[in-house]
Amino acid sequence: MVKLAEWRGKDVFRKYGIPLPKGAVARSPEEAVSLVRAGTVPLPCVVKAQVLAGGRGKGGAVRFATSASEARAATEAILGLEFKGERVKEVLLEEKLVLSKELYLSLTLDRSARLPVLITSAKGGVEIESVDDTEIDRQSVDPFPGLTGYEKRRAAQVLGLTGGPAKSLDRVLEALWRLFLLEDAELVEVNPLAVVGDGLVALDAKVIIEDDAAFRHPEFADIRDDRTPLEEIAREKDIAFVQLDGNIGVIANGAGLTMATLDVLKEFGGDPGVFLDLGGTDDPQKVTEAFLLMARARPKAVFLNIFGGVTRCDTVAKGLVEAMRQVPAAERFPLIARIRGNNEKEGIEILRAAGVTSIPSLKESAQAVVAAARGPA
Amino acid sequence: MTVLVHRETRVLVQGITGHQGTVHTRQMREFGTNVVGGVTPGKGGSTVEGVPVFDSVRAAISATRANASCIFVPAPFAKDALLEAVDAGIPLSVIVTEHIPFHDMLVMYHYARSQGARIVGPNCPGVASPGVAKIGIIPNVVFRPGRVGVISRSGTLTYEIVNGIKEVGLGQSTCIGLGGDPVVGTSFVDALPLFQEDPETDVLVLVGEIGGTAEEEAADYIQHHFTKPVVAYIAGRSAPPGKRMGHAGAIISRGRGTAETKLAALKAAGAQVARFPYEIPDLVAAIVAREAHR
Repeated sequence: MVKLAEWRGKDVFRKYGIPLPKGAVARSPEEAVSLVRAGTVPLPCVVKAQVLAGGRGKGGAVRFATSASEARAATEAILGLEFKGERVKEVLLEEKLVLSKELYLSLTLDRSARLPVLITSAKGGVEIESVDDTEIDRQSVDPFPGLTGYEKRRAAQVLGLTGGPAKSLDRVLEALWRLFLLEDAELVEVNPLAVVGDGLVALDAKVIIEDDAAFRHPEFADIRDDRTPLEEIAREKDIAFVQLDGNIGVIANGAGLTMATLDVLKEFGGDPGVFLDLGGTDDPQKVTEAFLLMARARPKAVFLNIFGGVTRCDTVAKGLVEAMRQVPAAERFPLIARIRGNNEKEGIEILRAAGVTSIPSLKESAQAVVAAARGPA
Repeated sequence: MTVLVHRETRVLVQGITGHQGTVHTRQMREFGTNVVGGVTPGKGGSTVEGVPVFDSVRAAISATRANASCIFVPAPFAKDALLEAVDAGIPLSVIVTEHIPFHDMLVMYHYARSQGARIVGPNCPGVASPGVAKIGIIPNVVFRPGRVGVISRSGTLTYEIVNGIKEVGLGQSTCIGLGGDPVVGTSFVDALPLFQEDPETDVLVLVGEIGGTAEEEAADYIQHHFTKPVVAYIAGRSAPPGKRMGHAGAIISRGRGTAETKLAALKAAGAQVARFPYEIPDLVAAIVAREAHR
């Protein structure tokens, strides 16, 4: 998923006419000072770390300033911070508004209902996970009529808004709904949505664009999730690769089979840490690349568990043998294979010729992998 | 009678001239499926695997009376392909294509439903009834006619399990791979009534995954409406927790969606729970043996 930092989310909000505080992004203390001096950021202002993790207020990643020199000090303090594992490279400086209420609004997908859901709560400004269920309202929104007048009126009622702020809510909801559809969002969240005077202002913005819709949004192509370097290479080669703690590498095809393999390895005391999902491929070259990528993660042992459908067993075997030829002797590791399904016999034969035995039972092959990862007794 | 496919199923392959479309047209025919035509706009008049290709679904239907579609069209164009099939009157579309944006699928699903049409998938292996017909990509070798029904959210794991059922000497009535995408055309709860009513199915295997609440909803349906024995497996029990949908997603599925909640719900509904895929065939065989002695 493509998660937008707050300031980029707010750029998208602006495009749809959602009211925002006046502000700008700074990447150095000097830049912060000049933004304040130029009046681009009115005083007093708030200085916020541009990181994806939540809980910034409590974590010292949000500060306040009443003068240019305070804005410089705040920016200096925040830039370079490491917040929940993420280095802060940008801050957002915004005017500090006097608000009377903090509300919560979001649109996301309800998979069970197969409908978008509008989530509202009058308890905004805190992490929504900590809000009691009874204080959260959910309304399914049908994509065909779209967000209706009565749904917006109910949201206003839940949020306790009347008059000016209620009218403002109507426009904000309409804008959020259009944004959700047109930007292919899997989540748009405003927390808090603040009542300021007679209107509403979005103080924060969280926008997540769906990966599968990325082809329609080249403007976000530069955004990368926090992947490890190997995960990044895998992504470029269109291989599903996940690196966690653990010393066993798993190469499987399909998410379900990969997860089942993980379950079995854990059951026998194994510690699987690198997962590579070949998906559906009948290109031996891709298998070779995948395997070399796995080798670079330096696992103690590798379990190849393939059920051939679109991916044929002989293709996998060929790619694997080629990869083994390319891995330097010093970096080799025990390989346990289990290949079944389409062209199983041919695949097993190719592996046998290269000195790898395929163990047909999932239980026995998993036990062999766990033993191999432990090393010689 | 079988589930979703029957002897009169006449399949159209949308995207037949692509690599996958061609390969699986051949394999569907080898399975015994009556593949009557293919559609690729601009390639009408040609043939693939001896099957006539048409420019539109409407043209294909008037020439072949096709009544089901298997869609291999690439993700950016899959929505249009499905809408074309529905508008032409195709009642069942199996979408194999992966990476279709869920916003597209929302429109596809609700439009199809409003027209009385069913979607299986997307990103799914499809539907197969051994000895009758297959629409999709499940390898032919795993099947053997029998009386065990299978519904699964997985792909290759389904092949593994269906194959396991064959290896203990049993066979399958119908297997449906629902697909693991956020929005699917047919869910467990949509598929369960079909197996309940299917006289060919004696036992049902349900293969779920962590994430979402589809298995909990299935458990609820099984408890109240499903009278046949069920063997269930959930993949990903030991997977590290991931918050795919972020904060708001966690709010929707509060206290549900983990392997524990799914397994507990299925157990409470009377299903036998397998801890590992290789336990499924034995559990099914034990049920079949027990039922035979009744």
